[in-house]
Amino acid sequence: MADKPTTVKITIDGQELEVPPGTLVIRAAEQLGTIVPRFCDHRLLAPLGACRQCLVEVAGQRKPLTACTTTVTDGMEVKTQVTSEVARAGQEGNLELLLINHPLDCPMCDKGGECPLQDQTLAHGPGETRFVETKRHYQKPIKISETVLLDRERCVLCARCTRFSSEIAGDPFIELFERGALEQVAIYEDEPYESHYSGNVVQICPVGALTSPSYRFQARPFDLSSADGVCNHCAAGCNLRIDARRGMVTRQLARDNDDVNEAWNCDRGRYGFAYAQSPNRVLIPHLSEDGKLRTASWSEALRRAADGIRAAKGKGVGVLVGGHLTDQDAYALQKLARVALGTNNVDARSWSEDEEGAAAAASVAGRGPEDGMPTYRDLEAARAVVVVDLDPHEESPILWLRLRKAAMRRGVPVVAVGSRPGRLAEFATVVATRPGGQAEALGRLGRGDGDAGKLLTEGDGEVIVLAGWRGGATGGLAAAARLAAALGGRFAWVPRRAGDRGALDAGARPGLLPGGRPVGDAAARGELAEAWGAELPDGPGLDGPAMVAAAAAGELGVLVLAGVDLHRDHGPRELAAQALERAFVIAVDHEVNDTTSQADVLLPGVVHAETEGTFTDWEGRVQATHRAVPVGGAAQEIWDLAAQLAARLGTDLGFAGPGLAAAELERFRKRPPGAAAVPEPAPPAVPEPAPPAVPEPAPPVHGAPTGRVAAGEDGGESLSTPPSSGAGEPENDGLELVTYPLLLDAASMLARAADLNRETPGAFVELHPDDAGRLGLADGASAEVDFGEERTARLPVRVAPTVAPGCAFVPANQPDLALGALLGPSPALRVKVTAVEEAAA
Amino acid sequence: MMPSEILKGLSVTFRSMFRKRNTVQYPEEKRPTSPRFHGRHQLNRYPDGLERCIGCELCAYACPADAIYVQGADNTPEARYSVGERYAAIYQINYNRCIFCGLCIEACPTRALTMTNEYELSSPTRQGLVYDKPDLLAAVPAGAKPPPHTDATDGPPAIARYGPQASVSQESVEPVWALLREQESRQADRELPADEGVAK
Repeated sequence: MADKPTTVKITIDGQELEVPPGTLVIRAAEQLGTIVPRFCDHRLLAPLGACRQCLVEVAGQRKPLTACTTTVTDGMEVKTQVTSEVARAGQEGNLELLLINHPLDCPMCDKGGECPLQDQTLAHGPGETRFVETKRHYQKPIKISETVLLDRERCVLCARCTRFSSEIAGDPFIELFERGALEQVAIYEDEPYESHYSGNVVQICPVGALTSPSYRFQARPFDLSSADGVCNHCAAGCNLRIDARRGMVTRQLARDNDDVNEAWNCDRGRYGFAYAQSPNRVLIPHLSEDGKLRTASWSEALRRAADGIRAAKGKGVGVLVGGHLTDQDAYALQKLARVALGTNNVDARSWSEDEEGAAAAASVAGRGPEDGMPTYRDLEAARAVVVVDLDPHEESPILWLRLRKAAMRRGVPVVAVGSRPGRLAEFATVVATRPGGQAEALGRLGRGDGDAGKLLTEGDGEVIVLAGWRGGATGGLAAAARLAAALGGRFAWVPRRAGDRGALDAGARPGLLPGGRPVGDAAARGELAEAWGAELPDGPGLDGPAMVAAAAAGELGVLVLAGVDLHRDHGPRELAAQALERAFVIAVDHEVNDTTSQADVLLPGVVHAETEGTFTDWEGRVQATHRAVPVGGAAQEIWDLAAQLAARLGTDLGFAGPGLAAAELERFRKRPPGAAAVPEPAPPAVPEPAPPAVPEPAPPVHGAPTGRVAAGEDGGESLSTPPSSGAGEPENDGLELVTYPLLLDAASMLARAADLNRETPGAFVELHPDDAGRLGLADGASAEVDFGEERTARLPVRVAPTVAPGCAFVPANQPDLALGALLGPSPALRVKVTAVEEAAA
Repeated sequence: MMPSEILKGLSVTFRSMFRKRNTVQYPEEKRPTSPRFHGRHQLNRYPDGLERCIGCELCAYACPADAIYVQGADNTPEARYSVGERYAAIYQINYNRCIFCGLCIEACPTRALTMTNEYELSSPTRQGLVYDKPDLLAAVPAGAKPPPHTDATDGPPAIARYGPQASVSQESVEPVWALLREQESRQADRELPADEGVAK
């Protein structure tokens, strides 16, 4: 037999075309510019042929075929509606049938104006109806989740939503029920449709059957102005279309980008935009006077800020960079610190990292997909993917979707190492470890131990290791980088927040200049000093937690907080309050909160939809986000503010016009060739056990404990590394606390996102079934969680195998329990969970 | 200058003195407009008092002068303003901008928006020319309850839903169409003065 042909020849409407075998006729026609009308067909969903709209005539076939389910064959002759009366009549008849029970309430339907059913009825429909009988009526919209409303009258039963839920997101809670004329989309009565991806079904619905409550009746498509944006909620880098009306964002949609988010995004990214209209939004500069904030002009506020800096500069200045700023903002802030303030005290991290962890994260700085960073597409082609200390379903939902696609469709083995892999467990091989045990587990994986190890060490192709930010201080991050090096694979650091990667690249680290150039490297310093026209500080800087601790101890005179909520990001609360009290605080933020209300100078910054800039996702891919609405009030871009503040201090940052900060960042963003900032990994065969006491990169010069240091004192024992299988029976005196923010939490960027706030789970403690059984706790029971030092909380219990044995998971930042503010960032401690007798009620 | 020329000129003056006067003593005396004169808009109601407007914004889309601003909102069983799900929470026509072209009333799918013959639209301020919903709404029909209605006490709306079938059963629409038909036929019969002729 001859080789399989790489292309087949077909004729569509008389035009010859060569396409790869297996191509669907509907796609082949698209190549010719002929759009066959369709409802159920979606390029990312499996073909179904549910709506029957795409009928085309195929020579030799008795009846018209559906173009979306017919694959091309060599010599096939297809006639679409363009040339075939049969196809045209079929499509017209089908549309008339679809419209029989369609309510035609287009004027009040949110889809009206951008509705494929409307558009295709106009283009291919019969023009008028012959249907005079009574239409089938259902109750108008029923709520199938907090973010989705279903209008069954409008549904054309294309099954896009049900297919998305089962094929792409794996939440098969929405289904087709009943048969015949009564067939309808519905949800199971006892299973709520709770999905992080539910907004996508609204977007792909080809009629107005699925709509979102937040956009309901807010606008019509024709009075929206759109801008291309990039999501600022996590480091996944989803492309967005931001739709605004009358200066307010009305909705956000996923924009197609097959390299990143394909056509999807998560609900947080889709619905988390209303915070711009929050009553706490700050639109004018404020100054602290007699312990209260009063409004001020820009010049007065900047003068006070500059005066404050000059007065307290002798004691040191620290610049904390928030996690949701654009790359340009982070770049301008670090330049402000290094050039105008003469310090390396600049950091975008609110968590602790040891030297090894910081070095591992730094190894990706200044590198993008074109420099060999693994990409979303690479995940689908990898031999195996190792996910360390990361719960992508909660922390980077689009990464989870791509991992799921890689595992389920491409058969890529995924190994999840960590204390709570979450919904990775649905398709990944889980290596459960206690906090601090990842390094050893990864070492054994590298040696090929166990089934998971064999997945990594045997076979062709490369291994991609994705490590989350949480392992920065517990050895997981460094061990992940070592594992990648040992297996000859590639390593990527997946931070939580959208600006984290860009801040790393832009040099918002005490030890790194832009492009991953080490501060300690005199040549790199010289290069930038020449470009910036200033001498650069060479002394070591403090990292984020150390700066806050130093400020609290009165050893740092000035804190510049750019989009940082000290209470939430740099707890415990007492420490944050002390830092705010003792330092001169300049806060740049979009809202008044516990932190910014205590600032000496509060400068209004722009929000996401008002900004122009770039975000760098975890791949290192730089994507531009554009302004969708006018800047609110007197707010300003943060890079601009940094330049103005520097000017008041007598330094010109060189950002006089828009685009200059961006242009300068692009000059230095890339890691210079030959710079070997990548730390040589230790030999993987002898992985170092995670050090019990983690060395401080920049030891705080005072006694105020950070959460991490407190762990040693509090738990009274070192973080031993139990067998990573977690089989070892944990001591009875407690469980190890695992905590990180869930997707839906009390974040300030979710303010006023009412639908999401209703879906936010609230605080709970999640236990492995073994531990729950031992402690006598059942799912739904109530438990007292003792965090030590008289910090306790009464929380509902969830029992799930997604958390490692011997661990207790409590979400970090829920409306009813701000754990970060209670314990500080990345706390490592043992908690005691005891059952509480429910009062008979 | 010749006397004959003066007499020629004065003859025009004297002739005019005996012609029928066109001057109208406005505002004391008001001449009726032609029946289809485009005056101030009106937002109509159903006989039960509910608003016809469903807040669809098609009038705003049709408006070439961008004079209309509509913001839709949800009817709830507790507070119902119109039939169906949606009503106009905000409805403004800016008569600084309106050019009285009538495209908005053609776009209206429920005949909620029509134009009256009222032409006395002036205001000392620009803001005064922005007409809000209360300025535009027709009077509540006699005996009807002004919205919001509560479904529990006032019963579901008499016209159950918006759509082609609804319009078939809308007796209230009939008089409007009848009136229009009558006007059309009258217009066809009538010999209109040249300046009032409506291009068909």
